[in-house]
Amino acid sequence: MDSTGYGRRRFLKHTAALAGVAAGAGAGAEWAARGQSAPAQGAAAQGAVRFETQEAHHGDLLRRGARMSVDHITYYTPLQEYGGIITPARLHFVQYHASHFPEIDADQHRLTIHGLVDRPLSFSMDDLKRLPSVSRVHFVECHANSSPMIHNQGNANMGLPVQFVHGMASCSEWTGVPLSVLLNMAGVKEKASWLVYEGADPGKFSHTMPLAKAMDDAMVAYGQNGEPVRVEQGYPIRMIVPGWEGPHNVKYLSHIKVVDEPYHTWNESMNHSVVRADIGEKSRWYHFEWGPKSVITRPSAGLAIPGKGYVQITGLAWSGAGKVAKVDISTDGGRNWKEAKLQTPVHTKAHTRFTFDWAWDGGEAVLLSRCTDETGDVQPSRAELFAHWGISEAELTKPHRAIHFNAMQPWFVAHDGSVHDAMFG
Amino acid sequence: MRCSVSLLASAMILAAPALGLAQSPAYNVGKPLSQDEIKSFDFMIGPEGQQLPAGRGTAKDGAVIFAQRCEVCHGKNGESGVLRRLVLGSPGKPFRGPFNDNDKDSVAYYPYATIAWDYINRAMPVPKPGSLTHDEVYSLVAFLLYRNGIIQEADVMDAQSLPKVQMPNRDGFVPAKPVYPPEPKPSWW
Repeated sequence: MDSTGYGRRRFLKHTAALAGVAAGAGAGAEWAARGQSAPAQGAAAQGAVRFETQEAHHGDLLRRGARMSVDHITYYTPLQEYGGIITPARLHFVQYHASHFPEIDADQHRLTIHGLVDRPLSFSMDDLKRLPSVSRVHFVECHANSSPMIHNQGNANMGLPVQFVHGMASCSEWTGVPLSVLLNMAGVKEKASWLVYEGADPGKFSHTMPLAKAMDDAMVAYGQNGEPVRVEQGYPIRMIVPGWEGPHNVKYLSHIKVVDEPYHTWNESMNHSVVRADIGEKSRWYHFEWGPKSVITRPSAGLAIPGKGYVQITGLAWSGAGKVAKVDISTDGGRNWKEAKLQTPVHTKAHTRFTFDWAWDGGEAVLLSRCTDETGDVQPSRAELFAHWGISEAELTKPHRAIHFNAMQPWFVAHDGSVHDAMFG
Repeated sequence: MRCSVSLLASAMILAAPALGLAQSPAYNVGKPLSQDEIKSFDFMIGPEGQQLPAGRGTAKDGAVIFAQRCEVCHGKNGESGVLRRLVLGSPGKPFRGPFNDNDKDSVAYYPYATIAWDYINRAMPVPKPGSLTHDEVYSLVAFLLYRNGIIQEADVMDAQSLPKVQMPNRDGFVPAKPVYPPEPKPSWW
């Protein structure tokens, strides 16, 4: 993750400028009440759902937990604040790599498909909406979500630990056109094997995708949870690449080029590669899908258990490989496990809500959740994952820079019912 | 019954393009693009750089532009600054690793020099991306390659020379050639 001390300082300056907004920002428990009285959304005539002014826009988003720098804007989803599996669109996380969100006129916006195709084509928004649509529930998750580094970087503006550690993951019902429909209209040539595609944001964020994934389940989405995709989510269209690392889901999608090799765009090849000890200090790149993952959202650090007796343990599980098959819960740090209940229907490559009835006896406890997906892949512990990556015993106890991190999250429950982040002691 | 037969027929017509039949699309939407139109927006540069446009520049040209447009964030000669240190090593002495995670911003880390051209052209400078001319982009890439000890100060970077630059970390990535589907499980590899 490219967060730095500098980024935090910038952020504080930014919040100071938004006088009154910063006060209490990130107090996650207050979010829901405030959110309900948020300002009405303007610009409806253009079909965009957005806030009335930039300040109101940022001010509302700040309650989500935020961090900003010159070249990125981050908002964390308050996973502790909602039930079910759908992240309200306004709470969907943002990890944006430019200085400001673009204002795109949907009437003028075009999506082109060119490169190794028989018929290069340009689509208007009306064109896209006339094509066969699908609606599917999928998570989107930043490749840097849950990075071990962030455990000791939190501040009041970023919300509770479950929010700023794991809140760069959200889940929506996306509506749009299967990418395969568009590619087939253009006629993909025999030797094509990859796509490279970009957005109309200031930095023209670009990424690659293997053609096989594009033809499988990728989609060009214009709808999110029953409304137009929001400005900070890529209005008017974004790519959705189910189950794969967040940067594949390019916002403000404008151009798709069909090619015959990976193009190694800067964001994926450089910024998102990771140096690893287990491969001789070389860099691992092209991670593609997320592994099985889960996190208990309640109770979690900062959300105290009021007293002995019944506690519902609840959280979210997901996998980039398919459906969640089961979630196991441990209340003793991983010695004993019991199966949680899953909310149905369980969607593929989607957040899956789990619940577990627990009777707290007032003693110390360490809560863990462990996801197993339908391919049989099991979420690792931190120790298993670090061992796999060649991270030494000495380093195990301290936050370590890592991406694509899907280890189990332990929450420690103290005698007084307070709950603490126990990932690193 | 009649109804479902006609539904089935419609479904088959609709499904035709999805089967990749080489015929005019049935949906009747989308505007054909001419080669000139494609040229006007297509600046996606692959690793071998065949797509690079005309233009040229040297490190000397780049030094002036860097000081004006880039130094504010990346520091003098790209060696410090508030954001992203772009230079490791020094002229004549390329950094050959091992890289730690904070070194990834350096051009010395890139496996292909073309990545620097593509990214600077599309995304830099942050306040006004896309405002650099092709000559300026070639010049800045030449400057950064020179400061990283990868080329000589007088080397001219253009569509022919840039893709031929030997990057010191070319073999520093796993898998060497990305493939899909990837290696076997575990998926959290």
